[in-house]
Amino acid sequence: MPTLRDIRKKIKAIQGTKKITSAMKMVAAAKLRKVQDSMLRYRPYATKMQQVLADLAGAVEMRGDVPPILLRRPVKTVEVLVITSDKGLCGAFNTNILRAAHKEINRLKGEGLNIVLSVVGRKARDYFKRRDFQLKNVWTGISGKLQYTHAQVIAQEMINSYVSEAVDEVVVIFNEFKSVIAQRVVINRLLPIGRIDSEPAEQPTFIPFTYEPRAPELFAMLLPIYIEIQIYRALLESQAAEEAARMTAMDNATKNCDELIRKTTLIANKVRQASITKELMDIVGGVEALKQSEG
Amino acid sequence: MDNKLKLEVITPYGELINEEVDEVYTTGAEGDFGVFPGHCAFMTALRIGSLSYKKDGQTHYVFINRGYCEVLNDRVLVLVGSAERVEEIDVERAKAALARAEERLRKAQAGEADIDHARAQAALERATIRIQLATKLIPR
Repeated sequence: MPTLRDIRKKIKAIQGTKKITSAMKMVAAAKLRKVQDSMLRYRPYATKMQQVLADLAGAVEMRGDVPPILLRRPVKTVEVLVITSDKGLCGAFNTNILRAAHKEINRLKGEGLNIVLSVVGRKARDYFKRRDFQLKNVWTGISGKLQYTHAQVIAQEMINSYVSEAVDEVVVIFNEFKSVIAQRVVINRLLPIGRIDSEPAEQPTFIPFTYEPRAPELFAMLLPIYIEIQIYRALLESQAAEEAARMTAMDNATKNCDELIRKTTLIANKVRQASITKELMDIVGGVEALKQSEG
Repeated sequence: MDNKLKLEVITPYGELINEEVDEVYTTGAEGDFGVFPGHCAFMTALRIGSLSYKKDGQTHYVFINRGYCEVLNDRVLVLVGSAERVEEIDVERAKAALARAEERLRKAQAGEADIDHARAQAALERATIRIQLATKLIPR
C-alpha cells in the first residue's frame, strides 16, 4: 500500500506533465497558424505559375516539341520521396506515413521494379536505416524553417536523376493537411509530368506572344518550376499536418493527465480516510483499555 | 489606366509588389529589356538579377531570383522564387552567403565530391548581385 505522501508526489508529477503537454499544444497551434498563413500566401504564386505552364504546354504541344520530363518511358526504376517530420510527439503522424510508404515500396518491388529511396525528415531516415534500406538523399532540419529554396534543391535532385535516366518515375509520399483533426497520406507521381493541370484558362490561348527564347526552350527552362511547386506544396502540407497532429496528440495527453489526476486523487482520499479510520480505532481501543484498567 | 503599367511581383512567400508604374526594366533570358505602356505580348524567363521600375519620377530597385515574366495588355506579371526590395536586403547576410559560396566553390575545385558546383555557383551569383544592389545602386 503506497503511503499518502507517495501518492501526493505522484499527483504533483502528473500536474507537471500536464503543464508541459498543454504548453506544447499551444506551441503547435501557433506553428500551425504560421504554416497555414504561408500556405495562403503561396497559393497565388502556385496557381499563376501552373496557369502559365499549362498555356505554354499547349503552345508547345501544337508544334510537337516535347521536353523529356514530360514523356513517359518504360518504368524499371522508381524513386520514392518520403516526407516525414524531424521531431516526434505528434501522434500517429510519422507511423502512418512510414507504414504507407513501406507498403507502397513493397508493392512496387512486387511488380519487379527497382526502388531508389530519398527521404525528408529525421523520422523517415531512422526508420529506413534501421531496416537496412539504401538512402539516396536525406534532407533533415527542414521542418520549422521551410524555405522555397529547399523545394528547389529537392526538385533539382529529382529532375537530375530523371533526366539522366537513373530513374524512370518519381513518386512523393506525404501527409496532406485535411483539417486539424484529419491528415491523409497522399501518394503523387512527380515525374514524368504527363499533363499539367490547371484551372481553365482565363485568357484566350491564341494571343500572339513573343517568346524569348523560343517557346519550346522557354518551356524547358520553366518546367523545373512545376516540380518545385509540387514539392513545396507537399512540404507545406506535411508541416501543417505535422503541427495539427501534434496539437491533437498533446490535447489528448492533457486530457489523459486530467483523468490520471482525478483517479489518483480518489486513491489519495481513500488512503487518507483509511488512515483516519485506523487512528480513530486506535484511540477508541486505547480509551476502552484505559476504562477497563480503571474499573 | 492609360499610360500606366500594372506591375505584379509574386513569390512563394506572397505578393511583393502590386502597383501602377510607368516603366519596368529587368533582365530576361536573352538580355535586358524595358517595358513601357503599350508593349506587345511578351513572355520570357528571368535571370537572377535586378528589376527596376519608375513610378512618379522615382526609380525603385528590387532583387529578383530566377523566374518568369509575362507582359500582356499593360500588365507585367513577374513570378519568381524570391524577391526583395533593395532597401530590405540584409547585406551582412549576403556577405556571409558570399563567403560560404566561395568556400564551397574552392572545395569543389579541389575535387570534393559531395559539393554541388552548380548550386554553389548560383548561390555566389545571388549573393554578389544582392551586395551590388545594396551597396552601389542605392537609389537616392
